[in-house]
Amino acid sequence: MTAYLIQRLLSMLLSLLGVSILVFWMVHLIPGDPALMILGERANEAALQELRQQMGLDQPKAVQYARFLSDLSRLDLGRSFRTKGLVAEEIGRHFPPTAELTLAAMLFAIVFGILAGVISAINRGGFWDFATMFGALAGVSIPIFWLGLMLILLFAHQLDLFPVSGRLDALLDLEIERRTNFMLLDTLLAGNLAAFADAVWHLILPAVTLGTVPLAIITRMTRSSLLEVLNQQYITTAYAKGLSQWIVVGKHALKNSLIPVITVIGLEFGYLLGGAILTEHIFSWPGIGSWLLKAVEARDIRPIQGGVLFIAALFMSVNLIVDLLYAYIDPRIRIQSAAV
Amino acid sequence: MIILTVFVLISVSVPFLVTHQPDEADISKRLAPPSRTHWLGTDRVGKDVYSRLLYGSRISIKIGLVAVAGSVLIGSLFGLLAGYYGGQIDNLLMRGMDILLALPSVLLAIVIVTILGASLTNAIVAVSIVYIPQYARILRAAVLKVKELEYVLAARAVGASDWHILLTVVIPNCLAPLIVQATLGMGSAILDAAGLSFLGLGAKVGQPEWGLMLRDHFTLIRQAPWTVLAPGLAIFSMVLGFNLLGDALRDILDPQVKTT
Amino acid sequence: MKRLAFLTLLLLTFTIGISHAKPRAFIFGRGGDSVGLDPAHEEDGESFKVCESIYDTLVQYQDDSTEIEPALAESWETSADGLTWTFHLRRDVDFHDGTSFDANAVLFSLNRQHDANHPFHQVGGPYIYWTDTGLAETVDQISRIDDYTIQITLTRPYAPFIYALTIPAFAIVSPTALKKSGEDFTNRPVGTGPFSFVRWDRNEKIVLKANKDYWGGAPGVDLLIFRAIPENSVRLIELQNGSIQAMEFPNPDDLPLIRQDPDLNIIEQAGMNVGYLAMNMDKQPFGNHKVRQAINHAINKNQIVEQLYQGLGIPAKNPIPPNMWSYDQTTEAYTYDPGLAKQLLSQAGYANGFKVTLWALPVPRPYIPNGRMLAEAIQSDLKQVGIQTEVVSPEWGTYLEKTKNGEHDMAMLGWSADFADPDNFLYYLLSKSSAKKPAGNIAFYRSDAMQSILDQARTETDTTIRTQLYRQAQALFQKDVPWVPLAHAKQIVIARKNVRDLTLHPTSFKYLRHVKIKAD
Repeated sequence: MTAYLIQRLLSMLLSLLGVSILVFWMVHLIPGDPALMILGERANEAALQELRQQMGLDQPKAVQYARFLSDLSRLDLGRSFRTKGLVAEEIGRHFPPTAELTLAAMLFAIVFGILAGVISAINRGGFWDFATMFGALAGVSIPIFWLGLMLILLFAHQLDLFPVSGRLDALLDLEIERRTNFMLLDTLLAGNLAAFADAVWHLILPAVTLGTVPLAIITRMTRSSLLEVLNQQYITTAYAKGLSQWIVVGKHALKNSLIPVITVIGLEFGYLLGGAILTEHIFSWPGIGSWLLKAVEARDIRPIQGGVLFIAALFMSVNLIVDLLYAYIDPRIRIQSAAV
Repeated sequence: MIILTVFVLISVSVPFLVTHQPDEADISKRLAPPSRTHWLGTDRVGKDVYSRLLYGSRISIKIGLVAVAGSVLIGSLFGLLAGYYGGQIDNLLMRGMDILLALPSVLLAIVIVTILGASLTNAIVAVSIVYIPQYARILRAAVLKVKELEYVLAARAVGASDWHILLTVVIPNCLAPLIVQATLGMGSAILDAAGLSFLGLGAKVGQPEWGLMLRDHFTLIRQAPWTVLAPGLAIFSMVLGFNLLGDALRDILDPQVKTT
Repeated sequence: MKRLAFLTLLLLTFTIGISHAKPRAFIFGRGGDSVGLDPAHEEDGESFKVCESIYDTLVQYQDDSTEIEPALAESWETSADGLTWTFHLRRDVDFHDGTSFDANAVLFSLNRQHDANHPFHQVGGPYIYWTDTGLAETVDQISRIDDYTIQITLTRPYAPFIYALTIPAFAIVSPTALKKSGEDFTNRPVGTGPFSFVRWDRNEKIVLKANKDYWGGAPGVDLLIFRAIPENSVRLIELQNGSIQAMEFPNPDDLPLIRQDPDLNIIEQAGMNVGYLAMNMDKQPFGNHKVRQAINHAINKNQIVEQLYQGLGIPAKNPIPPNMWSYDQTTEAYTYDPGLAKQLLSQAGYANGFKVTLWALPVPRPYIPNGRMLAEAIQSDLKQVGIQTEVVSPEWGTYLEKTKNGEHDMAMLGWSADFADPDNFLYYLLSKSSAKKPAGNIAFYRSDAMQSILDQARTETDTTIRTQLYRQAQALFQKDVPWVPLAHAKQIVIARKNVRDLTLHPTSFKYLRHVKIKAD
């Protein structure tokens, strides 16, 4: 197990180096002068020169990359030229909202996805099966930016059941100290139940929007893998012993069918981080996705580099964890990859 | 299947079905609700929504086809080479794919389009690149499986060239999963390209592209819901069509997962 | 079950929410967050909007006009040659950090921008406004006479000087705080203004609290919060739901809805800006005078502005806005006349039209709320007279870079006044000297006659003579038509009915200190 872990970590590090090169060159290929972008309509040559020099843009590319790498090895992502903030700090501030949103979306998708998958598998061929499967297919086909706006319009505006955007009522927020910037955690730490409820309330619509696609995928996966298990010998035996359907499914089949579902969940995290960009944009959610989108629009080099690298590292770590979990559940994987 | 047939028929016969030119604007009649002259109403500068929707179906099908064809071709090539030759080539190519896969696809596509400049063509290129690794992986896995089969070994023993073996034996054996994935990929490609257009990174101003139509009219949903509902539903049903087809194909072509 | 839990949550929110008194807060919804709050380095409106409530300048505009009134400077004199300006400072002012305001603070705030050897000159980036308004060249020296008197000497007479001093970039910052925070001052600003800084959750909100000891009187609310809500329609829903008290930049098409809403007020004010379509005279066919006239006749400006601005703007005929002094009412606007346009085109030798690029603003700007939509409308009008256009709309940075370098055929752009002087518009946008790449004059209109009028007006100190000169400049513009002047957009804020004393100002955002909230 340790050897496997070390091997995986090494290969991850190598991939990250690859990503760093990719990101660096991609960012520098982006057309549009970052200095001009900062200065806007009123830019003049003197100010441009001065700013380019401050930003180190007048140096040769190789020098810039070497500097980037050496800073990186000290875990220093530099300062943004636009906001003057430390990139690492800004990531630290914008990641928790995204994590909170992603986890909530995942929770929503897992709970309802497995539930729907089970219902569908049990009623195989029946009306509910058909309805769930069609719903699941519709779920992966819907443009999430469209879904988000429809939800706002219906639930926040027409019915006035949910807040429209943001993470917490602006006034309640003043009573809360942002220690972790995980709103749910901060409100609890502050012992402010009203604020906690308000934070949950703000989280629902964006989480549903973001969770819809994974919900659909998890539903399908649960159904198919449950069906596969249900066809196997020991299930038939269990039935033969006269056990009820719920016991068979709940106690024997579901546990065994969850392995592929876990893989899917891991993969979906990557999707969620991407989908979060669109969701955050619509709900004014101050997460890392909208932060990064703003940096890309502004050609703010250091946040783009730092942000993309961070997301890549995160994504790889999630995959690693999933693989480890997988290897833990199913020892065959371990042996296979050790052999490669 | 039926949905798709309808879409394909529509996109082929667009010029006969439309009631207006897609770029014909009459600003004095902007945001008019559906009527006999404008079946789905008019948009923010007085263009006919129905006609633009039809022209848009052409664009979307084109996006799907070109993007998927691009990633299938390049991805398959990578997958074939990696799987068949193994060793260093395999390592290099698959490591490259891992790097691409290390970034969420939307993010990668955004960065690529930003580099190349916002346009429909570049959005297609970006979507294509993003999906390359998927096909490379499928092909590589399939090749690895086929490579050790007896008749491949036999063919090699008789002295058949690598290319000959690849073309006559390996590829036909990998087609099934590839076709299924490509059909499902059409749906994703259309969705992603629409998402890029929605962020302002795709189609050019005035083009009748669905994602762009959504972007342009998002804010008008309360005054002129038809301008937002129509392209949203269009994207939704076309993608749904491809997904249904993909599912059906999987059931037919891929007996292993028949239970799905 | 879910619904039940939800209702409990709701109830909980209510009961606990009511149990303690809330501070009077005014929450203002806007399209984007500030970039920074160190005024000297900022360029964008979103940053200045907040800076103006935190800081004061030496002089400021009156609340209801563009006349100058004292602010941190109680009074001032000019020498007869217009070169020496003496400012007498207010004596009773403290910064929010408790240090007191005096001549040293003024010297620090201005010299760090002006003097390349100042120890803090290198901190925080370039000083865009200092160079851009011409102060970098015209100011010779800033010096201290005594604790509450300073003197600024100029290298040459510069008529717009006193107006330029109202720009928030030249606000007075606390030297103690800046020395302590360095580059990070932009994230923890300290000034003398009506509100002091509390906290900034980037991309969410900036919270300010009332400075009860403000020299101009305590503000009307306890808290002033700026919330960034990028989607215009989402922002409006927030306002209608009551989670913000006022907002700016509604979609023009939402105005009918807003007018119907009994809870909302529309507060508007003529803006000091212009949106225009520049024709690149370096490129054919726009070197041809008749073609430029034809295009002015081909675009149905009145209808476009009426339909697309929905009352948020008025059609433009001059390059400066009507509320700017010296504006020429008598200018005769080009009429919409596609027939005449075609005729002019064929006289110019383009009877069969031509194909050009039309650059559309990719981002909403105060002067053109929706560039792409405007482009679609113009595209359709030009097609009527046989001119084919390809709409180009790269993102903002590329857009600026390429238009400043003259890659466009036709491009939209605009200008909002930094201060109330025609020089601020005309010199940068239409003089020959600013047609050097990267250009402010993106029509690349190179007229010696225009240049000499503008130069003369810049150094002249007599306002009557300057008015005459700027009238001449407008007449010349009308004759040469390097642009299609499109529209002057109004400033508009939508507020809930219980918001009182919110009156806008054409160039300043200082008015938030007067806002009061009446209990419902």
